[in-house]
Amino acid sequence: MMSLLGIAAIALVIVILFQISKAGEMLNELGNTKKAGDTNNRVQANLFLWTLIFGLLAIVWSAFHYSPMFLPEPSSEHGVGIQRMYFWTLVSIVPIFFITQILLFGFAYRYKRDETRLSHYFPENNKLELIWSAIPAVVMVLLVTGGLRQWLKITGPIPEDQQEEVITIEATAQQFKWDIRYAGPDRELGKKAVREMSDDNPWGQDWADAANKDDFVPTEIYLPVNKPVMVKINSLDVLHSFYLPHFKVKMDAVPGIPTQFWFTPTKTSAEMQNILDDPGFVYELACAELCGKAHFNMRKEVYIVTEDEFNAWMKEQKSLYSQFAAPQKNADVDTEQEKDEKVNVDKTVSAL
Amino acid sequence: MASTDINIDAHEGHGHDHHDDHHHEHETNFVTHYIFSQDHKMISKQFLITGIIWAIIGVGFSVLFRLQLGWPDESFPIFEYLLGKWGAGGKLDAEFYYALVTMHGTIMVFFVLTAGLSGTFSNLLIPLQCGARDMASPFMNMLSYWFFFAAGVVMFISLFVQTGPASGGWTAYPPLSALQSTSSGSGLGMTLWLTSMSLFIVSSLLGGLNYVATVLNMRTKGMTMMRMPLTIWAFFFTAVLGVLSFPVLLSACILLIFDRHFGTAFYLSDIFINGEPLRNAAGQLVEGGSPILYQHLFWFLGHPEVYIVILPAMGMVSHILATNAKKPIFGYHAMVYSIMAITILGFLVWAHHMFVSGMNPFVGSVFTLFTLLIAVPSAVKVFNWITTIWRGNINFTPAMMFSIGFVSLFISGGLTGIVLGNPALDIGYHDTYYVIAHFHIVMAMAAGYGLFAGVYHWFPKMFDGRMMNNNLGYIHFWITFIGSYCIFWPMHYLGEAGVPRRYFSFAEFNFANGFEDLNVFISVASIVVFFAQFLFVINFFYSILNGKRMRSLNPWGSNSLEWTTGAKGIHGNWEGAIPEVHRWPYDFGKDGYEHIPQTVADKDLKEIKTSERLPSR
Repeated sequence: MMSLLGIAAIALVIVILFQISKAGEMLNELGNTKKAGDTNNRVQANLFLWTLIFGLLAIVWSAFHYSPMFLPEPSSEHGVGIQRMYFWTLVSIVPIFFITQILLFGFAYRYKRDETRLSHYFPENNKLELIWSAIPAVVMVLLVTGGLRQWLKITGPIPEDQQEEVITIEATAQQFKWDIRYAGPDRELGKKAVREMSDDNPWGQDWADAANKDDFVPTEIYLPVNKPVMVKINSLDVLHSFYLPHFKVKMDAVPGIPTQFWFTPTKTSAEMQNILDDPGFVYELACAELCGKAHFNMRKEVYIVTEDEFNAWMKEQKSLYSQFAAPQKNADVDTEQEKDEKVNVDKTVSAL
Repeated sequence: MASTDINIDAHEGHGHDHHDDHHHEHETNFVTHYIFSQDHKMISKQFLITGIIWAIIGVGFSVLFRLQLGWPDESFPIFEYLLGKWGAGGKLDAEFYYALVTMHGTIMVFFVLTAGLSGTFSNLLIPLQCGARDMASPFMNMLSYWFFFAAGVVMFISLFVQTGPASGGWTAYPPLSALQSTSSGSGLGMTLWLTSMSLFIVSSLLGGLNYVATVLNMRTKGMTMMRMPLTIWAFFFTAVLGVLSFPVLLSACILLIFDRHFGTAFYLSDIFINGEPLRNAAGQLVEGGSPILYQHLFWFLGHPEVYIVILPAMGMVSHILATNAKKPIFGYHAMVYSIMAITILGFLVWAHHMFVSGMNPFVGSVFTLFTLLIAVPSAVKVFNWITTIWRGNINFTPAMMFSIGFVSLFISGGLTGIVLGNPALDIGYHDTYYVIAHFHIVMAMAAGYGLFAGVYHWFPKMFDGRMMNNNLGYIHFWITFIGSYCIFWPMHYLGEAGVPRRYFSFAEFNFANGFEDLNVFISVASIVVFFAQFLFVINFFYSILNGKRMRSLNPWGSNSLEWTTGAKGIHGNWEGAIPEVHRWPYDFGKDGYEHIPQTVADKDLKEIKTSERLPSR
């Protein structure tokens, strides 16, 4: 009923506007068309001017009003570089925005029709064209250079002097969850293959590879602060995207094609809670590539901790090998573990 | 000599008396006139009206998903009423939310802004402005429309299948679109989507080849390439882009059909699904394909596609700005070369959609260079438009208003392209609301404004000299203009907060939550703008039947050839000989004349009766 009334009201408004407009047009027909044209041009020109003034004010006000809700200063080394790049990009585009909009609407207001004059015949000026091709070209070259320097640094290898302390993790995406495998104390992820995957070997690990012996898959993501993290990213079904908004990290998870992204967290979760004055703050991992009906719900929490805390946490983790492949394992404990995992999965699904 | 026949003074009507002197040689009946018509003007109207119907559906879908995003906790009976089981209890199903998003994108990009815009105006204006009786191949032209119609029918049917329409996004990335078990929309809905797209590509190729052939071969005497209106230049390069890039999308679709139904693995590899590794019908492990291959093939069309959408709008806006500012388009040559540059560079930037897709980062750097380079011709165009209205004598027709609105939107959306084209910055903004704001403003809204400007401007050429109601046009413009900024500007702020696009709900993530007020604001604005479009639709259909007739044959004081035909559109366009062209179409305010039509030779200028010469401003 309400919606019927709503639609009726909208239809009424449209009909009224239509009738008024039609009547206006008929009045113009009867009266002096030329004068009506002048009045109309004046009205539209004034509307352009007011739209410009209020529009720009609204834009400036809203930008300041909502800026506290923007992402905070990035919590990663490369993120700070990206933010600097963004600042310089804004420095080049924001003035252009204001100048061109003011000129466009200003000219529209200033040069409304005047029957007693002609326009200024000004078809071409190569010097002007040259100036406004060259300036954007130079600015673009500067932005490309700056952008590519950042990009190549971000996508390039981890610097030699930090190679020793890299934490390697592997993010595996599937509808609709993330699983993170840690390389363990040997800092090396063991080989795995989809063809080996089964209930007894949920990650398809090659047990002959010694590097697999200490790999583990915890329920949360813990990472030490100020250590480079190498994330190897892959997917088991459709495309996903490994997205850590606070660290400016994003890379697609592609079945069959392993991708990677390395970054260095610079602020612990506790520090961020202090900076933002928000005790409930957590870093979040999201999916940024449409992957199906629960795409919006592939959440995992990320904890950035001190090195000591991280090492203590690492010690508590049980390797997959000990759970699935080690000889003379306790079968009961195993099934318990598996049940736990199943429950976790069910939770994600039922949360939809 | 036709040119002497043409009256320059806009206030003296052109002879209505010799309409029946030349009888049309074509015998037509209802079917050949209105349905299987081979007249380019009728085909253009068919494209336009089909486009308008699709636009109502496509924009209507966006209003439905904006209801969900604005008020995620409310239930709306309209969901259950319209969508049945997908909106049970007034709650939108997440699966169908993605179907709505996908259909909105597909319909708007292909059916409305490609067929509805380029199909309508290329068909209407290429013969009229070049001085041709019809297209190079009227029959192919007719086929082009009917393939489009068939594509529309298939897409429309897909909305009603039990598993729902395609829901993998308008880009239809595999494996989501390839594996039926990953999403209910990847079933029959996706099959129909691929069929529809294939038909659409055929339509687009038939049309495009025709446009290119007509522009190159059928211009009237004196219409050199450099005397063509910018509209024709834009349609020409649009057609070139389409002809060279749509076939690649067709190949992408065909390979995807193979992966879906015939057990190939072009896009599939190492997939573990339903508790076991994916095997084909022969029991072999599916290995060796690349989902990124599809993205390359898709965006090889997908990026030129945005220029296919925006170039016709640019051309029409250039023409309308000059005509109504009564001032030559500034830098005609620069405008032509910038369209050319955009066309060429448009082929070399596709991978900027894929910076974080997992492709080699070095490839990304090459594409960055071309992407930011394309800003140069775009900037030249903007500066030239602004200079065109500088010291002009602007008559604010609704078409002119939408053209100025177009330039404003193109600036706003174009500048954020400089942010997103930078791969380092794209890491943060990729697939967030920042991107939605960017492409809707620069491409979708701007092209839509081009469509409106074109309809208001050329309506008399389509419907036998009837005009649309101006006042309704002004109201339509102001609500749409302010409304579109209200919808898309705040999305930059969501993007700055990192909010990802294609999220059914923002409540699951702390960083994406907390913008309830902005989401409500955006939704309200989009509802208002949606209903304001009915002002246009009513104006359009009412004016077809009852619109005021134009007082002169050239109501806007334009110079181009389409205004030299009679008020009533006839098959063959000109009753007598096709007029000869003596000058470019932008002689406005020259030598004391407000406008000099292309058909007037220099030696005839003196004979033109004009009131005393006016001073220039």
